[in-house]
Amino acid sequence: MTSTPTTSAASAAGDSLGREAWRRLRQNKAAMTSLWLLGAITLACVAGPWLTPWGLADVDWNAFGVAPTLDGGHWLGTDANGRDLLTRTLHGGRVSLSVAVVATLVSLVIGVLYGAVAGYLGGRVDNLMMRFVDILYSLPFMFLVILLMVVFGRNILLIYAAIGAVEWLDMARIVRGQTLALKRREFIEAAHALGVRDRKIVTRHLIPNAIGPVIVYVTLTVPKVILLESFLSFLGLGVQEPLTSWGVLISEGTDMMQTAPWMLLVPSVFLALTLFCLNFLGDGLRDALDPKTR
Amino acid sequence: MLSYAFKRLLQAIPTLLIVITLAFFLMRVAPGGPFDGERALPPDIEANLMAAYHLDEPLPQQYLRYLGDLLQGDFGPSFKYKDFSVTDLIQQGFPVSLEIGGLAILLALALGLPLGVIAALKRNSAVDYAVMGTALAGIAIPNFVVAPLLALVFGVILSWLPAGGWNGGALPNLVLPVLALSIQQIAYIARIMRASMIEVLGSHYIRTARAKGLSERLVVWRHAIRPALLPVVSYLGPAIAGIITGSVVIEQIFGIPGIGRYFVQGALNRDYTLVMGTVVFYGALIVLLNLIVDLLYSALDPQIRYDD
Amino acid sequence: MSQPLLEVDELCVDFALPQGTVPAVKRISYRIEAGETLALVGESGSGKSVSSTAAMGLLPDLARTRGAIRFEGEDLLAAAPKRLRRLRGNDIAMIFQEPMTSLNPLHRIGRQIAEVLERHRGLRGRAARPRVQELLEQVGIPEPARRIDSYPHELSGGQRQRVMIAMALACEPKLLIADEPTTALDVTVQAQILALLKDLQRRYGMAILFITHDLGIVRHFADRVCVMRQGELVESGETAALFAAPQHDYTRMLIDAEPRGRKTAVAEDAPLLLEARDLRVSFALKKRLFRPNAYFEAVRGIDLSIRRGQTVGIVGESGSGKSTLGRALLRLLDSRGDIRFDDAALDGLDASAMRPLRSRMQVVFQDPFGSLSPRMTVGEIVGEGLRVHAPELGHRERDIRVQEALRDVALDPAMRHRYPHEFSGGQRQRIAIARALVLKPEFLLLDEPTSALDRSVQATVIELLRDLQRRHGLTYLFISHDLAVVRALADTVLVMKQGEIVERGDTETLFQAPREAYTRELMRAAFLDDDAA
Repeated sequence: MTSTPTTSAASAAGDSLGREAWRRLRQNKAAMTSLWLLGAITLACVAGPWLTPWGLADVDWNAFGVAPTLDGGHWLGTDANGRDLLTRTLHGGRVSLSVAVVATLVSLVIGVLYGAVAGYLGGRVDNLMMRFVDILYSLPFMFLVILLMVVFGRNILLIYAAIGAVEWLDMARIVRGQTLALKRREFIEAAHALGVRDRKIVTRHLIPNAIGPVIVYVTLTVPKVILLESFLSFLGLGVQEPLTSWGVLISEGTDMMQTAPWMLLVPSVFLALTLFCLNFLGDGLRDALDPKTR
Repeated sequence: MLSYAFKRLLQAIPTLLIVITLAFFLMRVAPGGPFDGERALPPDIEANLMAAYHLDEPLPQQYLRYLGDLLQGDFGPSFKYKDFSVTDLIQQGFPVSLEIGGLAILLALALGLPLGVIAALKRNSAVDYAVMGTALAGIAIPNFVVAPLLALVFGVILSWLPAGGWNGGALPNLVLPVLALSIQQIAYIARIMRASMIEVLGSHYIRTARAKGLSERLVVWRHAIRPALLPVVSYLGPAIAGIITGSVVIEQIFGIPGIGRYFVQGALNRDYTLVMGTVVFYGALIVLLNLIVDLLYSALDPQIRYDD
Repeated sequence: MSQPLLEVDELCVDFALPQGTVPAVKRISYRIEAGETLALVGESGSGKSVSSTAAMGLLPDLARTRGAIRFEGEDLLAAAPKRLRRLRGNDIAMIFQEPMTSLNPLHRIGRQIAEVLERHRGLRGRAARPRVQELLEQVGIPEPARRIDSYPHELSGGQRQRVMIAMALACEPKLLIADEPTTALDVTVQAQILALLKDLQRRYGMAILFITHDLGIVRHFADRVCVMRQGELVESGETAALFAAPQHDYTRMLIDAEPRGRKTAVAEDAPLLLEARDLRVSFALKKRLFRPNAYFEAVRGIDLSIRRGQTVGIVGESGSGKSTLGRALLRLLDSRGDIRFDDAALDGLDASAMRPLRSRMQVVFQDPFGSLSPRMTVGEIVGEGLRVHAPELGHRERDIRVQEALRDVALDPAMRHRYPHEFSGGQRQRIAIARALVLKPEFLLLDEPTSALDRSVQATVIELLRDLQRRHGLTYLFISHDLAVVRALADTVLVMKQGEIVERGDTETLFQAPREAYTRELMRAAFLDDDAA
């Protein structure tokens, strides 16, 4: 081996890891399909309710419990009260997706801050902070969230906060682990030796290198959060009328499944498809960002 | 080992205390009292009731009293099930929940582990893709969707199995709830087992085992399975918590008289003592099971030392 | 002998990767006679381990083989898997490079050795125990009766490699394949393991196929040598003859790549640049929440002084505290004791007080893969120091300085827009040197800068360091476990052991006439005692 460049002479500009990861992701058909589908579902939920001729609570007095049909205008049927199921499902999607986004952001902010501080400070502070996380881990959080909903009533802001507060633990552990591992890497030491300020080391070296696992974990947190919200709603502890969510609709559908199975199937398909795509995308991102694990 | 177990048991006490305290004070800051909902009670009767339930005492005293009662296994009276104490209800419901939950975790292991091993041994084959694709579907479809669908297909349309009810725990009544409860865990366990099996099969000590001339069967059974099990064992804690949480909806959907159903009904009826009792009970159960899982882990891995 | 023990005949191995077929070994042939030692030498990527892995039938599924590997006349490539399993561990045994991970962590070592006897000799349970104990004794495990029930994590790396050897010898194989068996070990442990192998070979009369990158070992260990490069066998012959008169250019280059040359000492009265007095560094062993931490002192009261233009070498084995000492001198670690740099006291300075001095004292680390941030371009990496120390520079001027530094380390400046993962180990190490040089430092801490590199690449990096020192008048503190490299570069050497300096002196005197027993042991282990040419 000589000291002359052996890499291909194609272009002088190199490929950053991010661009390479994106290329690997684009080659992953399942992940890309999931990405498109997710985009379509999100778009439909955001824009759809304005486009359908029915409102969330509009009752079509000519169509109670109508099965999906192309003629009546109710493509996915109506529920027992004559409300258009497509409209309701898209509205429900808005709530489910907004919970997903907000609660994930809450968990992301708490988790990243907590984990980065513990990892960067290290030593006794880290020890204490992580003991606290351990204790929280062994709490039956799901039940405390339910307790919270029972006590304070069903409130969408509370759902955001409660779910976010439950899901940050894993994020904190991951970020702390990353920070600790990075801190020992020689390029961080080299930056110290160059006299780079702590703040710059964090922004220029720590965060860009820790971001990959965080992105992957965020994609995997979103389905968990959606699931949690639907679970609460299914139990009748989540959002309440006039709002609806996929969990609420599935719960209504379960009650009616013998006479109107589409009421169960439609929201279930939307929920399952979204979760399926998010999981696929998460797996794909993990493979793309860390090809070793494949 | 024993002293380690004891130490861990001691560490569980503060955790439990946090659960109890949180649950207790959350209840007390809740707006309204336990007897609000019913028709307005004459003040003297309400005062009598309050006194009977010790609700007229200062809060710290009530808290200590609750702790004291808990130590004797007394969760207090249920506000809605008038003639039952919460302890009675838990005693009635728990065996049912235990049966379903226990069977579900056994089923999850019995199916998830072999599926994971097979997928790993046939890595990147059609079998592997089929198993992993199904597993991803199993993770993506929540149990409260699976349960009604199972009931619809096998209970209503095909009429092979009862779509609900307990019937004293008869086998046909068990099948669907246990299946619905375990599907997600089967999927998770299969995925974890596959990943860790692949990692172990690529490890240096597996190469050593092959270099000894051992048959592939011995290599897998004697050298690969046990180390590959370790990540699954550490997942058992979350798995058990997941099954317990899941049992809440499954019991609701199939109308099974376990504590999960009491919990949901208690929550919807504002039966505060019942909700709190079940939360504390679940908390203790999860903490205890986590402890058992940790001990199991350290029994499997000689590299874990007990001196800290 | 008419029939060789092992004969590799026109062997080709290709790996069928998704991107296409990659040849790993191209038509190589060699033979090993019973009882002899053949060394297969090559650098990383030369395919030196492929043929032995093929002989064991342990190649990955995507490997395609042609040709033949005959063991006592029987073609192993054509043999049924069942037949191969009969041979493996019985007639042909193997030890590997990774002693720490080659034993199953969940089984006791006695059981792992007994397994071979069970498989090939039908000895079960208690019946195998006396033989296992005997084997452990033969490979020099202390207290074999007790150790037989140990788990691998209770043993040191050297001991684990001994257990691997015991396992390989259990059935008294005719051929032992040793794939870099000592690379992961400290030199003194390496010497013990090699001596053990030689001794056992004499006792059991087995042949050894020794795979290594280390020519020093080959010269002392092998009867015959085969040199491999990029999947081809370029030269083979008797060890002594091959070293005396290498025929192929590549062999000659490898032999020449053994570090050569000496550094001339600087004048006695050259000014002092870096000085330390009674330097101590301790680490908290176990962080405890409420009790005081337990401490381990890694550097125990070291005095040292470095003059301008000097290269001070620090040698020692892993755990000797040599890297800790280097980091403490640059104030990358907290320490006690005085440190003076160019007459300014460093000890007690905080980060901002240290900052102006940082451009004058720089560092190059060992790991060429870990020392460059994977998310920054080479230009950003090299230019980062300028942002700190020459903030007045505009983008263009900084770019010019970066290009200059890259040219200084013989890299094409056009590559500054690329990312580190696109470069080889040697190139990355040059980038790390450029990052230090761009600040025009006076003092450079070199912490094992060549240890992760192949010998031939190592030689070019050493040449570069020497050249830079001459051109820029640099002062080096060179930390290494590799005595040959230190000898070639340093004019003063310190030998460290367990946090203390056991011996110091100017390089030639110390290497010619080491006073301390430990220094002599190190040199014997590194085969420097007898070829002081």
